[in-house]
Amino acid sequence: MESGALLSALSLSLRNISVFRGDRCLLRDLGLDIAAADVVHLVGPNGCGKTSLMRIIAGLTSPETGEVLWQGRPISQQRSAYLRNCAWLGHTAGLKGDMTLLENLRFDNRLRRNVSDQLVVDTLRTLGIDNRADVAARGLSAGQRRRAALARVLLSDACLWLLDEPFTNLDREGQQEVRALMAAHARAGGAIVFAAHHDVAIEGVTVRRLEWGQQDAG
Amino acid sequence: MPGNAHTRETIDIHAPQLRPFGSTVAMLRREMKIALRRLADAINPLFFFAVVATLFPLAISPDKAVLQLIGPGVIWVAALLAALLPLNALFGQDYEDGTLEHYVLSGQSLVALCIAKTVGLWLVAGLPLVLVSAAISQTYALPAQALPALLLALSLGSYTLCALGSVAAALTVGVQRASALIALLVLPMMVPVIIFGTRAVLLAARSEPVAGPLYLLSATAVLAVILTPLATAMALRISLE
Repeated sequence: MESGALLSALSLSLRNISVFRGDRCLLRDLGLDIAAADVVHLVGPNGCGKTSLMRIIAGLTSPETGEVLWQGRPISQQRSAYLRNCAWLGHTAGLKGDMTLLENLRFDNRLRRNVSDQLVVDTLRTLGIDNRADVAARGLSAGQRRRAALARVLLSDACLWLLDEPFTNLDREGQQEVRALMAAHARAGGAIVFAAHHDVAIEGVTVRRLEWGQQDAG
Repeated sequence: MPGNAHTRETIDIHAPQLRPFGSTVAMLRREMKIALRRLADAINPLFFFAVVATLFPLAISPDKAVLQLIGPGVIWVAALLAALLPLNALFGQDYEDGTLEHYVLSGQSLVALCIAKTVGLWLVAGLPLVLVSAAISQTYALPAQALPALLLALSLGSYTLCALGSVAAALTVGVQRASALIALLVLPMMVPVIIFGTRAVLLAARSEPVAGPLYLLSATAVLAVILTPLATAMALRISLE
């Protein structure tokens, strides 16, 4: 895919995906098509396999059955092309405690794309933690670490966001900010898949719910 | 904020940007920076090596002939055991703080990143041991002509250990108390290296030709340099599944 291609071409498809934990099947033969500006909310009780499905979509785990297609081709055949366009927010913030917030984000983005320090600081300001840029990451609170992880998502300039519990550890204001960022991303034509326990309304954006696991929930 | 994703009106699909050299250098620089900020962790293996290697003469005999005979073997074994100490943390810390996921998801070559991690490990844990061994060799009254062979052999051997250790560390990512498992995986594979390495130093001390064992050590090091990054990257992917 050429850089600058029309975003209407964005296409992520899940074909017959099954999620297992040990011998237990959590989700069977899931099919899902995600296009530009789509926001998909994975809902379900603890242990229903939301994170497992997110990891399969990100390519961290191979599905037991089925495949994930990016632009019509399996992601396993075009890992670099897929990952360049995919931003991941997992349970852990992915920060090195011995390095400052700025150093952490600078390194992450050096692996993906070159970004200026000014852009990193501006993004931290958007998330309200620019005053912590020069603090070693181990000195950050859980909420600040979450905001730092969200800053990484923004800096990645990816069109597909995979956010696993993006609202965890955030105060009400922080949650509102994340919803606003998600809305802006979707309006700009980006796609989002996120997992959260509770209902999430995002202003001006239609959120598709994908709910399962009621009968499996322990 | 020009160019920032969240302020742009549209977002593009980007072509992949593979930067194996740039990402390797960035990773190596970061490893060095972290090591400098955690000096205590870096000094631990050195301290262990120095203490173990200097205890042997006290426990066995101050006799020069005995020390010269056991010296190369003791230095090698102590150095290799010391180099095992930091292996558990090589990927373990990255796994716990979540950075390992981001290396895999960066889209860059995981093999290149593994090479950087291994070289970083050797610079922090291997090279200092080699340098300290020069001082330790005096404790064993090793003749001056044995010193170049000792330094060269230990350099090759310690890199081989770091390379093999990175595979074991990658295989045991996420395993609780993996240190013993790593030692069990690595030490059997290090047996030829210890034999060739010790032999090279003993021959050099007797002013005999050392090329043979050094060639064999070099061959194992070359094999480790070429093959282990691939194995480490594969092991990491499996461990993260």
